[in-house]
Amino acid sequence: MTDKITIEIDGRTCEAAPGEMIIAVADREGIVIPRFCYHEKLSIAANCRMCLVEAEQGGRPFPKPVPACATPIAPGMKIQTRSKLALEAQRGTMEFLLINHPLDCPICDQGGECELQDVAMGYGGDFSRYSEGKRVVQDEDLGPLIATDMTRCIHCTRCVRFGAEIAGVREMGATGRGENMRIGTFVAHTVAHELAGNIIDLCPVGALTSKPYRFTARAWELTQAEGIAPHDCLGSNLHLHLRGNRVMRVHPRDNEAVNETWISDRDRFSYQGLASADRLLKPLVKRDGAWHETSWQDALNRAAEGLKAAAGPHGTGLGCLISPSATLEELYLAQKLVRGLGSDHIDHRLRRQDDRADTLGPTLPWLGLPIAEVERLAAVLLIGCDLRAEQPLLAHRIRKAAGEGAGVALVNPIALDLTFAATQFVASPAGMLAELAGIAKALNQQGTGTVKGLIAAATATDAHKAAAARLTEAGQGAAVLLGALAEAHPDFGLLQALAQVIAGATQAKVGYLVAGANGVGAGLAGAQPQSLPGGVPVPVPGLSAAAMLAHPRKGYLLWGLEPGLDLGNPAQAAAALGQAESVVACTAFRSPSLEAVADVLLPIAAFAETSGTFVNAEGAWQGFRGVVAPPGEARPGWKVLRVLGNLLGLAGFDQDDSAQVREELRALCAEAKLDNAPRGDLQDLPLSSQQAAKPRTWRVGTLPIYAVDPLVRRAQALQASPLALPFGVWLSPADAADLGLTVGDPVEVRQDGASAQAVLALDPRLPSGCVRIPAGVVGSESLGAQIAAVTLSKA
Amino acid sequence: MGFRTAPMSQGLSVAAPTAVERDALFTPEIRAQIDAWCAKYPAEWRQSATIPALHILQDANGGWLAQQQLDDLALYLGMPPIAVYEVASFYSMFDLAPVGRHKVCVCNSVSCLLGGSEGLIHHLEHKYGVGPGETTPDGKFTFKEVECLGACKDAPAVLIGRTYHEKVSPEALDKLIDGLE
Ligand code: SF4
Ligand code: FES
Ligand code: FES
Repeated sequence: MTDKITIEIDGRTCEAAPGEMIIAVADREGIVIPRFCYHEKLSIAANCRMCLVEAEQGGRPFPKPVPACATPIAPGMKIQTRSKLALEAQRGTMEFLLINHPLDCPICDQGGECELQDVAMGYGGDFSRYSEGKRVVQDEDLGPLIATDMTRCIHCTRCVRFGAEIAGVREMGATGRGENMRIGTFVAHTVAHELAGNIIDLCPVGALTSKPYRFTARAWELTQAEGIAPHDCLGSNLHLHLRGNRVMRVHPRDNEAVNETWISDRDRFSYQGLASADRLLKPLVKRDGAWHETSWQDALNRAAEGLKAAAGPHGTGLGCLISPSATLEELYLAQKLVRGLGSDHIDHRLRRQDDRADTLGPTLPWLGLPIAEVERLAAVLLIGCDLRAEQPLLAHRIRKAAGEGAGVALVNPIALDLTFAATQFVASPAGMLAELAGIAKALNQQGTGTVKGLIAAATATDAHKAAAARLTEAGQGAAVLLGALAEAHPDFGLLQALAQVIAGATQAKVGYLVAGANGVGAGLAGAQPQSLPGGVPVPVPGLSAAAMLAHPRKGYLLWGLEPGLDLGNPAQAAAALGQAESVVACTAFRSPSLEAVADVLLPIAAFAETSGTFVNAEGAWQGFRGVVAPPGEARPGWKVLRVLGNLLGLAGFDQDDSAQVREELRALCAEAKLDNAPRGDLQDLPLSSQQAAKPRTWRVGTLPIYAVDPLVRRAQALQASPLALPFGVWLSPADAADLGLTVGDPVEVRQDGASAQAVLALDPRLPSGCVRIPAGVVGSESLGAQIAAVTLSKA
Repeated sequence: MGFRTAPMSQGLSVAAPTAVERDALFTPEIRAQIDAWCAKYPAEWRQSATIPALHILQDANGGWLAQQQLDDLALYLGMPPIAVYEVASFYSMFDLAPVGRHKVCVCNSVSCLLGGSEGLIHHLEHKYGVGPGETTPDGKFTFKEVECLGACKDAPAVLIGRTYHEKVSPEALDKLIDGLE
């Protein structure tokens, strides 16, 4: 913005950049111009005409009022937003808009927060000269999240533009013309996009409203509080709308550096899970195989005894598995407790099976760059990342980068439906290594150890060469990002090694899309076996999540998870937890797989019910307060840990509030640096035993978008959406034919001694030798690791 | 850049047809005709051929467009189906339901209204028993009311098939209709 120009709006002199629209300058200056179709993040349609203003340039007035949203400023322009001409034009537009708009505000969910109501009040007339009948438009069913009342639509096309420009899927459109124009899908199909809920906010009238929320409250009954989204490593900023002690709905809170002005449907609708019937309301203890309600005092005593007995004199009998979406304060106190009992066996990386790289890989992995910079990358290589399901809004940033011409390549065990142009290298879990080796080879890298062998055996195809060239050209504007599927991969260490080789050859940054809402924070808090708070290495690391289950402990502390759905290998977990003498579970929800193994259930506060902090992927500490009281006798997690610490006679559990816990940790993190550089030589890691066995069929256990944590799994509307993938078995058509299976066949899945049954469906996006069997969904609890060998047969 | 100024083949998740899929759409002749239109535009702007392609498909389908044809065209041109629906539903020259053998389109806009098109409309309704949008029982023609045909100077105007008729009286209209097969 070098050549600033000066214009005048309502007599006020404003600086602006050439090419800016009048409305953008006015918005910055706080001068209100009414509008419906204009939206900062969408293209300009200029079809509502509500923003008409009077303008003159060089002393010559424009002959007619001009739309402020579509009129670029010019030096010396003088604009009047409230002159007689402007006001008359605005009143005229308002009158036209209301010709066909129903007078149903009393029964409209938007009433009280409707842009049309507000603008009609501010700029419209006070009666209507039209006595003709109004048109009626038939509604469409857009699915379980978005309710429609299309008669109210004023054709601003914000929702249409959102689909085309932000979501990248054009499902909505404007069909017909004139009075018969209508907004919809034309063929009435459910809108299935992970960001679709944003059109509820965009719609200036009550045509598109939230189905789960509608008719449950009026806008003026709600109070607004701030929050941070608890499902992915972005940490979208939220507004929580409350009535009494209840979260009624969730809206985005603008933060350009994180979520811009959007949130994913997962963040928007997961609050429904808070009110689920299986909230744990009282402490429970198991006696003779049956659950009994008890007092906190009794439950805490039992928990403390159990943990102490399990830990034993050296602490090694105790293991702690903690959700990566726990708050920073919980993670910190939990590790303090476990370490206080002498154990380093604590881990938040619940789905990682390859822990061999723990001491060699980075201690405090993170995104590697600020979130806002992702959209400015010129080349991105994503490894093992179901992008739209894992990181819906980061996917939008990457989509923006792609729109600006960035070369995006992905290496995955399944082809993804993307909303931008990308090169997809789709291969079996074993083949993923070969694909990366192909790119490394195209970059003339040799590597050492195992990686050397992989590169030598690989061929660099034209596609590999092209991807390598894009990364090289982009120089520092390139990033190699590892996702959750990479973390679940049996050779995660080698994937990281190859990522480093590729990044090293191209100046690209390496980044991790860590699991959960607080994966980065969990590292900082020391909730992992290899490091203390602040990333200080432990001389002799404890056991990882995978190791604690492969080598069963005497007792476990489980935090915010369901063993059957949140752990990488549920079958193994069930066995290890089942044999333990004592399992203490802190949880907001009752859960079959938890109740099967636990002895004590302590009810803790969930999202919005506790204060705390999440550290997002770029390392920003985002604090939040508890805005509703936890139900029943549930208590904020950090308080439960504090009391437990005291009961166990451990030092350092006397904080008065969560802010103190946070400050204590912050002091320990003064020197901590998020850093993705490996600490040892990853390239020498041998191939995993899984890999070496050369399985005929690999399970590709993707984690469906609405199965990532206990809260979202209980959000009914999300579970009813088409994106909520149920348990099942998917094969490519060729593989199904090979195995003699046809669609609809019941299939027996056997995995490492575990088994399950499901119905076969086809998915041409799968590479050969792979079967997609989702994890995290009901039905998958009896199976083993997410990415591992399986055998299939007709049941 | 807004989505209306960017080619739909970019930036949207639109499945590009494989060669096999493409060859299963329409007939070789129709594909050749559509391809001839596509060739007039830059490669990424296949969507520019939407209107001529809809004409081609409508002619091949007895004067109207079936949903399947619209979906097939979307696939063929690499567009989201809704974008084809938008075009096909906007223009009055496209019909989305079966029609008669001919289309008699009477202008109902202001010049023609002043010039007597209302009389033509009533005449058609009474004599042939068809309201706007309806087809005669023998399937001979569909009567359509349309907006300004751009022939205002010789109002009232009637479009039959692709031929304009100007200063049309009810009697003249009868003759024209008698002349249709
Ligand atoms: S439904 Fe709402 S957002 Fe969409 S065009 Fe109508 S008024 Fe605008
Ligand atoms: S806001 Fe300017 S025309 Fe709609
Ligand atoms: S008004 Fe009928 S042709 Fe213009």
